[in-house]
Amino acid sequence: MNINLTLIGQSITFIFFVWFCYAFVWKAIRTAMDEREKQIADGLEAADRAGRDLELAQEKAAKQMKEAKAEAAGIIEAANKRGSQIVEEAKEQARVEADRVKASAQAEVEQEVNRAKEQLRSQVAKLALAGAEKVLEASIDEAKHKDLVDKLAAGL
Amino acid sequence: MAGDTLTTTSYIQHHLTNLTYGKLPEGYERHGADGSVQVLEQDTWTIAHSMAEASDMGFMAIHVDSMLWSILMGGLFILIFGRVAKRVHSGVPRGLQNFIEMVVDFIDSTVKDSFHHKNALIAPMSLTIFVWILLMNTMDLVPVDWLPQAAALISGDPHFFFKVVPTTDPNVTLGMAFTVFFLMIFFSIQNKGIMGFVKELTLHPFHAPKWYVNIILIPINLILESVSLIAKPISLGLRLFGNLYAGEMIFILIAAMFSAGLMFGLMAGVLQWAWAVFHILIIALQAFVFMVLTIVYMAMAHDVEEEH
Repeated sequence: MNINLTLIGQSITFIFFVWFCYAFVWKAIRTAMDEREKQIADGLEAADRAGRDLELAQEKAAKQMKEAKAEAAGIIEAANKRGSQIVEEAKEQARVEADRVKASAQAEVEQEVNRAKEQLRSQVAKLALAGAEKVLEASIDEAKHKDLVDKLAAGL
Repeated sequence: MAGDTLTTTSYIQHHLTNLTYGKLPEGYERHGADGSVQVLEQDTWTIAHSMAEASDMGFMAIHVDSMLWSILMGGLFILIFGRVAKRVHSGVPRGLQNFIEMVVDFIDSTVKDSFHHKNALIAPMSLTIFVWILLMNTMDLVPVDWLPQAAALISGDPHFFFKVVPTTDPNVTLGMAFTVFFLMIFFSIQNKGIMGFVKELTLHPFHAPKWYVNIILIPINLILESVSLIAKPISLGLRLFGNLYAGEMIFILIAAMFSAGLMFGLMAGVLQWAWAVFHILIIALQAFVFMVLTIVYMAMAHDVEEEH
C-alpha cells in the first residue's frame, strides 16, 4: 500500500477519460436523446391536433349534411306544391274545356231542336191544312184561311 | 496455488502486492530468492521482486498492474460508449444503443437531482466515474487466482506480482479523488472568486458581528474548515478503496481455504459464491456513491450563497 507515481498516473488517465467522454460521448448521445424527445412531443402534439381537426371536420360535415337535408326537403316540398299546382291547373283547364264542349254541344242540340221545331211547325201547318181539307172536303179558300192555320201552328 | 513452500501468509501477501516498477537507490541490497545478495552500483529503474523492495522504492514507482487494468477498463468504457456515440441516431433505438441511453439517462437524472447549476462537464464526468469504477470494481468478481496465475505462466516467474482490481489500490482511488478535489477548488474559485473562497474558509462556521471578535474566530474557522475540506477527497478515495480492499481480502481468505482439504474446499466454494453475490451489491453501490459524492462536492463548489 505504497503511495507513489500511480496516484499521478491515475489522475492523468482520469482526466483523459473524462475529457473523452465530455467531447465525444456525452454530447452526441444527449443530443440524439433530446432530439428524439422533441420528435415524440411533436408527434403527440400533431396527433392531438389531428384529433381536434377530425372532430371539427366531423362537426362541419354533420352541419353540411343537415343543411343539405333541409334544402332537399325544401326542394321536394316545392316540387310537390308545383306538381299539385300543375294538376290543379290541368283540372281547371279540363273543366273549362269540358264546359266549353258541353256548352257548344248544348247550343248545337238547341239549334237542332229549334230546327226540328221549325220543320215540325211547317209540317204541322201543312198536315193540319191537308187534314182540314180532307175533313171539310170542301174547297176552302186557301188564302182566306191561311192566316188562321198559321196562327194555329204558331200556337203549338 | 502450487509450490510446497507456500504458506497462507505469503499467499495472501503475494495477492496484495502490486507489480511495481520503480527506482531503487544506489547501494541498495537486493536479496534474491536463493539467498544471494546483489548490491546496486547506481540508481536503477526496475521491477520490484518483493514487498520490501516495492515499499523501498518510495514515491518514484508506478503500479503497472493497477495502471494496466485501470486503462483497460477505461478503454473498454470509451470503446463501447464511443462506438455507440458515433452511430447514435434519434430514430428508434435498438440493442446496445438502448442500453447506453438508459445508462446516460440514469446518470443525467441523478446529476439533475443534486446539481442545479450550469456546467456541461459534470454530467460526462459522472458518467465516466460511474461506469469506469463499476468496471474496475467488477474485476473483483474474477476468481482471485485466474489472472495472477495466467500472468505468472506468461512471464515464467511463479512469484510474479499481479493485482487485477485497480480500485483495491489506494493510489488509484485517491488519484481520482484528488482530481475531483482539484476540480472542486477550481470551480469554487471560478464561481466565488479567490476572496469568496477564502471567506468560506475563514468566516464559517463561527461569525461575530464585531470585527475584534472575528479576529479570534478566524484561525479556529480556518482549522475547522480546512480539516473538513481535506477530509472530503481523503474520505472519498479511502471509502472506495476500503470497501473493495476488504472485499478482495475476503475473496483471498476464502481462496486460501481451497488448499485445506476437501471439506474446507467445498465450504470455500459455497462461501465464495455467496460472497460474490453479496459483493455485486458493493461493487455497484460504491461506484454509485463515488459518483454521487462527486456531484455533491461539485454542487457545493457552485453554491455561491451560504447554506449553513
